[in-house]
Amino acid sequence: MNWLSILVQGVLLGGLYALFAIGLSLSFGIMRLVNIAHGDLIVLSAFVALVVVNGLGMPPFASLAVVIPAMFAVGYALQRGLLNYTLGGSLLPPLLVTFGVSVIIQNLLLEGFGAHVRRLQAGAIETESIVLPSGLAVGVFPLLVFAIAIVAIASLQLLFFRTGLGRAFRAASDDATTAELMGVDNRHLYALAMAIAMVFTALAGVLFAIRTTFDPASGPIRLIFAFEAVIIGGLGSFWGTLVGGMVLGIAQAIGAALSPTWQILAGHIAFLIVLIVKPSGLFPRTRE
Amino acid sequence: MSLLRTRGLRAFYGDFQALFDVDVDVADGETVAMIGANGAGKTTFLRAVMGALAAEPGMVVYDGHPIGGRSPHDIVRLGIAMVPEGRKLFPSLTVEENLLIGAYCRRPGHWNLERVFALFPMLAERRGIPADSLSGGQQQMAAIGRALMSNPRLLLCDELSLGLAPVAIKDIYACLAAIAAEGTTLVIVEQDIARALAASDRFYCIQEGRVALSGPADQVNRQAITTAYFGV
Amino acid sequence: MGGFEIERSTQASRAFAVFGVILVASLAALPYWGGPGDMRLVAEMAYYLALAQLWNLLAGYAGLVSVGQQAFVGLGAYALFFATAQLGIHPIVAVALSGVFAGLVSIPVAFVVFRLRGAYFAVGTWVVAEIFALSVSLVPVLGGGSGLSLTPAIVRQIAPDRAGRETIVYWLSLGICVVVFAVVYLMLRSRHGLALTAIRDSEPASASLGVDTFRTKLIIYVVTALCTGFVGALIFIWKLRLSPEAGFSVNDWTVVVIFMVVIGGIGTLEGPIVGMLVYFVLRELLADYGTWYLILLGTVAVVVMLRAQEGLWGLIARRFDLELFPVRRRLGRTEP
Repeated sequence: MNWLSILVQGVLLGGLYALFAIGLSLSFGIMRLVNIAHGDLIVLSAFVALVVVNGLGMPPFASLAVVIPAMFAVGYALQRGLLNYTLGGSLLPPLLVTFGVSVIIQNLLLEGFGAHVRRLQAGAIETESIVLPSGLAVGVFPLLVFAIAIVAIASLQLLFFRTGLGRAFRAASDDATTAELMGVDNRHLYALAMAIAMVFTALAGVLFAIRTTFDPASGPIRLIFAFEAVIIGGLGSFWGTLVGGMVLGIAQAIGAALSPTWQILAGHIAFLIVLIVKPSGLFPRTRE
Repeated sequence: MSLLRTRGLRAFYGDFQALFDVDVDVADGETVAMIGANGAGKTTFLRAVMGALAAEPGMVVYDGHPIGGRSPHDIVRLGIAMVPEGRKLFPSLTVEENLLIGAYCRRPGHWNLERVFALFPMLAERRGIPADSLSGGQQQMAAIGRALMSNPRLLLCDELSLGLAPVAIKDIYACLAAIAAEGTTLVIVEQDIARALAASDRFYCIQEGRVALSGPADQVNRQAITTAYFGV
Repeated sequence: MGGFEIERSTQASRAFAVFGVILVASLAALPYWGGPGDMRLVAEMAYYLALAQLWNLLAGYAGLVSVGQQAFVGLGAYALFFATAQLGIHPIVAVALSGVFAGLVSIPVAFVVFRLRGAYFAVGTWVVAEIFALSVSLVPVLGGGSGLSLTPAIVRQIAPDRAGRETIVYWLSLGICVVVFAVVYLMLRSRHGLALTAIRDSEPASASLGVDTFRTKLIIYVVTALCTGFVGALIFIWKLRLSPEAGFSVNDWTVVVIFMVVIGGIGTLEGPIVGMLVYFVLRELLADYGTWYLILLGTVAVVVMLRAQEGLWGLIARRFDLELFPVRRRLGRTEP
């Protein structure tokens, strides 16, 4: 086993998992909402991209220009029209409503597209690799995904800590009632938060669809990966989510050397270990 | 000219009625004190005005317009701001960020970051630190500053003196006087009767959700207050 | 001068008890007046009802919303297949042992998943189920990824002929459903039940009153896992064939069960019954429409959660002030 190669693969995979996880992290951080349909929304983005690519003949990367605004709108409508009404009470309504939405999305996709697997073709970039000075070959596409993840998280940090909107997000996350007393319209703010989460989800969906095959039932396992990355990294920290994704990616890369089943199992085991040893995650930030 | 007027104001927490037909008038530029025992309904009154509690539109009239039941963020836009009980600063934000969020609705007016820092110099020295590391008195000033940033015509102050040392209370009420002198209308809810009456033009005494006594603050009868306050 | 007393049963619940006994007796006699198709259907309704009551006990009463109960269905099933094939244990005995096995495994699982709260607990239980499914698929003696079947030799141990086998397994299904019902009912009437309601309403408050929240939650979790293991073993005696995907299927053993409980009425004993009936009616009506009935189910569940959280039974109960399974304690006057 080439340990360096495994490590590098795992770290780069972590970039994709971080992108999976950001949306989940955002909606929990601001609204205390764990969106069970999150994975299915990633898959929905992939299918929207598929339609755009097939219908308009665009290359997958260019389809982002359509998919991102589309998912932004979906996120805003979903939160404002449905999920806002589940907040503020017990944990059952948001959990069960997003659970219901998950099942609905999966089956609508099944109705619309059928059960067979799909893939977005991005051409040569999928298989190109760069050879580093040490002789190690690194895939260009995974490198690109990792770079996108870094840029995404950096811009989110900027939004959160350097803008008025970010201030409002942080204030509402601390104390939603008092934020309202300061003139913040929480209904609109939450919808905006979900819309922004969907931007990253759309990005994740298109990139993952280029890298792997997908079908309507691919959502739940993506939710689990996103969830594991968030828990390992620690709630409330975006860079922590990146670290969480990388730990998950490395664990999976080690497991993959044995078999595909071991790949996923190794990730679950890493998650279990963190849960047992340090339940609050590696870099927790949120006050509960 | 009445800036705020409530008529027959009723408020409920679930099935429990907290306010019974409360009639209050606050004239433009006045400082009105609202006193009463713990749980009498003073904070409930402020929350009803701010839209945090449901009310019929006609029960709360502001500047001639019925605003009862509108959401708090709309009401802030109209020019009413609250300094909440317990300060309720945002712990994840710095002092300066807490002030800035007060200006979220961007109402025009002369209050801005510089003027608030001029009013509360010790806040300027601590502008970059997390708001919850301030002392009680400083937090109260930050909370007032935050409310001022929305350039309100009417400022609602809930239990400013709660948990503060007498020195801090004195400073805060001095600032309040300065704010009132600029023409801002104030409603001050207080358990500290002497302090409240000294700072205000008129007062209302609330007891078990009802107005038990009201009148000019300088013509106060000790006995009448005790009766109204405790209901004995 | 009249006094007060604590009453349990109401007129409706006493009438329902009589009705219930008659119903169970007629169903038990089904092998004599119905066909094999009827027995399979009623058995399926019985085991789904059992799963629904158990999920409801966990989520509706203990506030532990698990999306991973399929872990114990699968564990119970695999324990049964292993015990019969590798240890030569009689299938019916193996069912009982499978439940115990699932219950034992749930103890360390509880210590891990209880570190998570709320929705995170939910997804955590799901991950645990996935871990079991993946681990099992790596073990050749358990059939690996493709699974294994109950051999004819094992199946014949239940009864020599097919009709006899179906009758016995059918009675086992009814029996387990009744037992699960009794277990859930008795738990709720007990001190644990009262503790549960308190914990569900406010964990810190009940802890401050001396309720050992961890121990209560642990007991409920283990008992539920044990019973779920029983049901899991039973289900796969019917199906005769087991694979990791089937045994640990979140769609078959959790999605459907959650919908039943939510639509019927979470947090009541009568709710799962209503939910189960609604599910089976819908399934029959929409049998030709595949995915649409799941979409409909999902939509109804969403609407119920937003508009009528107490579910269909809750609406009925509120309208008529009914309680068929007396778990509440009512204040009544004694005769003067």
